[in-house]
Amino acid sequence: MNLGGLTLFTNAFRQGFQTLFHSAAAPVGSGGVDLLNIIFTSLRVSLLATVIALLIGIPAGYWLGTRRSIGRLAALAIANAGMGLPPTVAGLFVAMLLSRYGLFGPLSLLYTKTAIVIVQTVIATPVVAALVASGVAAVPAQLRLQVRSLGASHLQEIAATLREARLTMFAAVAAGFGAIISEVGAVTMVGGNLAGDTRVMTTAIVQFTRMGDYGPAIVLAVILLGIVLLVNVFITIEQVRDERYMKATRRARRIRPPQVGR
Amino acid sequence: MPSSRRGRLLVGGVLIAVLLSTLAGCGGYTKESIPPPYRKTVNLTLASTTSTQDTGLFDVLIPAFEKDNPAIKVKVVAVGSGEAIQMGKDGNADVLLVHSPADEVTFMQDDYGLTRKALMYNDFVVIGPASDPAHIKGSASAAAAFAKIADSASPFVSRGDASGTNSKELKIWKAAGLSPAPAKDPWYKVTGQGMGDSIKVADETGAYTLSDRGTYLKMRAAGATKAAVLVEGGKDLLNHYHVIVVRDARRLDAAKTFSSWITGPRGQAVIRDFGARDYGRPLFILEKSVGQEEDQ
Repeated sequence: MNLGGLTLFTNAFRQGFQTLFHSAAAPVGSGGVDLLNIIFTSLRVSLLATVIALLIGIPAGYWLGTRRSIGRLAALAIANAGMGLPPTVAGLFVAMLLSRYGLFGPLSLLYTKTAIVIVQTVIATPVVAALVASGVAAVPAQLRLQVRSLGASHLQEIAATLREARLTMFAAVAAGFGAIISEVGAVTMVGGNLAGDTRVMTTAIVQFTRMGDYGPAIVLAVILLGIVLLVNVFITIEQVRDERYMKATRRARRIRPPQVGR
Repeated sequence: MPSSRRGRLLVGGVLIAVLLSTLAGCGGYTKESIPPPYRKTVNLTLASTTSTQDTGLFDVLIPAFEKDNPAIKVKVVAVGSGEAIQMGKDGNADVLLVHSPADEVTFMQDDYGLTRKALMYNDFVVIGPASDPAHIKGSASAAAAFAKIADSASPFVSRGDASGTNSKELKIWKAAGLSPAPAKDPWYKVTGQGMGDSIKVADETGAYTLSDRGTYLKMRAAGATKAAVLVEGGKDLLNHYHVIVVRDARRLDAAKTFSSWITGPRGQAVIRDFGARDYGRPLFILEKSVGQEEDQ
C-alpha cells in the first residue's frame, strides 16, 4: 500500500472546502466553481420530483395494494419491474422524446431543469408505487372493513390504511428520493450538466473527477453522502417510533380482540 | 428410499469419473498444444483524451503497435486532457498522448515528464446551425467569429472540462478580448462533458461550438448532428498532439518503446492512412518535426 497516497485525500479535502467557502462567500455570478448553486439545484429538482412521484405513486400504490383483479396483478408486475428500471434506459427514452427532432421537440425541454424533474419522476414513481402497494397490502383487510363499519368516509378509510402502512410510506419516500438524488446517467442525458443551470451534484462529481479536480468532487461526494445518510437517519427514527406504536396497538388488541372478522 | 438413492448417486459418480478420465486420456495435453512460449506481457497505460478516442484512431493504432510489440499490451484511458496530465503526475499512466500544449509545458517544467515529442496535428472547426444567426461564416479567424457570436449573444456551447479542446476555446475567447461566463452571459452554456455530448447539446439548442474536425465528421456521418462547419482553416484552429513519456512510469521501457514506435515509420504510416478511407481526408496530419523533442 502506498500510504503517501493519503495526501491525495487530505489535499483534495483542503482544496475542496476552500472552494466551497469561497463559493459561499463570493457574490452570485462572480465566476469560479459555484458549489452551493450545484447543491441547491440538486436538492430542488430531486425534491420536486419526489413530491410529484408521491402524488402519482401513493394513489397508484394504494390501488395496487388493495384491489383484487387481474388488471391489478399486471399493473403490480409493471410497477415492480419499474423498480428495477435502469435509469439510463429511462434517460434515453426521455431524451429521445424531448429531443428537438422528437415527439415533444417543440417544447424545447431537453437540457433544462424541467427535463431532469421529468426523468427523475419517471424513475421514482414506480419505486414509490411498488413500495406503497406492498405496505398497503400488508395491512389486514379487516381494518378497512372495521373503519368503514364505524361510519368512515372513503377518504378516511384510505387515510387509516395509509397510516397503518406509514413505515413503508417513509421507506418509499426515502427510496424514491435516494434513488434520484444519487442518479447520474439519466440526469446527464437529459440535463446536459450545464454550468449554473442543470449541473447537479452527481454530474458535477463525474465531471470534476474526469478533470482530475478531486477537491470539489470530494466535497460534493461528502455532502451527497450526508444527505442520503440524513434521510436514512430520519427513516430509522420513524421506524423505531413505529415499532413502539405497533407494540402498543398489539397490547390494545390483546385487551380488546378485533370485533370484525370471519 | 434414501439409502438406495445414495447408492445410485455413487454409481453415477463413479461412471462420470471413469468417463472423464478416458476423455482426458484421449485428448491429452502434449507439450505442443500449450500456446507459444509464455512471454511476460507488460501492461502499458496510455492516457489520452476522449476526443482522440472518439475519432477511432486507437482502434487501428493500438492493434498495429501490439502486433509489432507482442510483449506489450496497451490500455488506453481516455479522459479530459486535464485528468490525463494529472494521471501522469500521480503515476497512474506511463505515457500520455495529449493536445494541451500549455499544460504539457508546465508538466515538463515540473519535471514529471522524461521526453515530449512532436507527433501530429488536427484542426478545429467552428460549427453551428446552418442558418448562422450570428453571420460568422467566412470569418478570417476563429477569434473574429467568436466576437460576432458574443456581439449577437447567440447561444454557444463550451465544454468547460479542462480538455485540450476547451483550453483551445478559452484561448480563442482571450484572443477576441472576451471572457464569457454562464453566470453573466446566459447565451454561454458550459456542459463539462466530452465533445460528442457537447455537439449534441449545441445541435439541440441551436448553438455554436468549437469541435475537433474528427469528432464532428464522425457525428455528422452517423447522423447525430445537423450542424454545419462555418469557420475553418484559421491559424488559431490548429490542434497539436505530443507524446510524453512519464518520468516515473512504472513501465518505463514499454513507454519509451511506444513513444519511438508512434513517432517512427510504422506509427506514422498508420496515422497517415487513418480516416482517409471514411472521410476522404486524413483526420490527423503528421508534424514536419515529428519525433523531435520539444521540452518547452
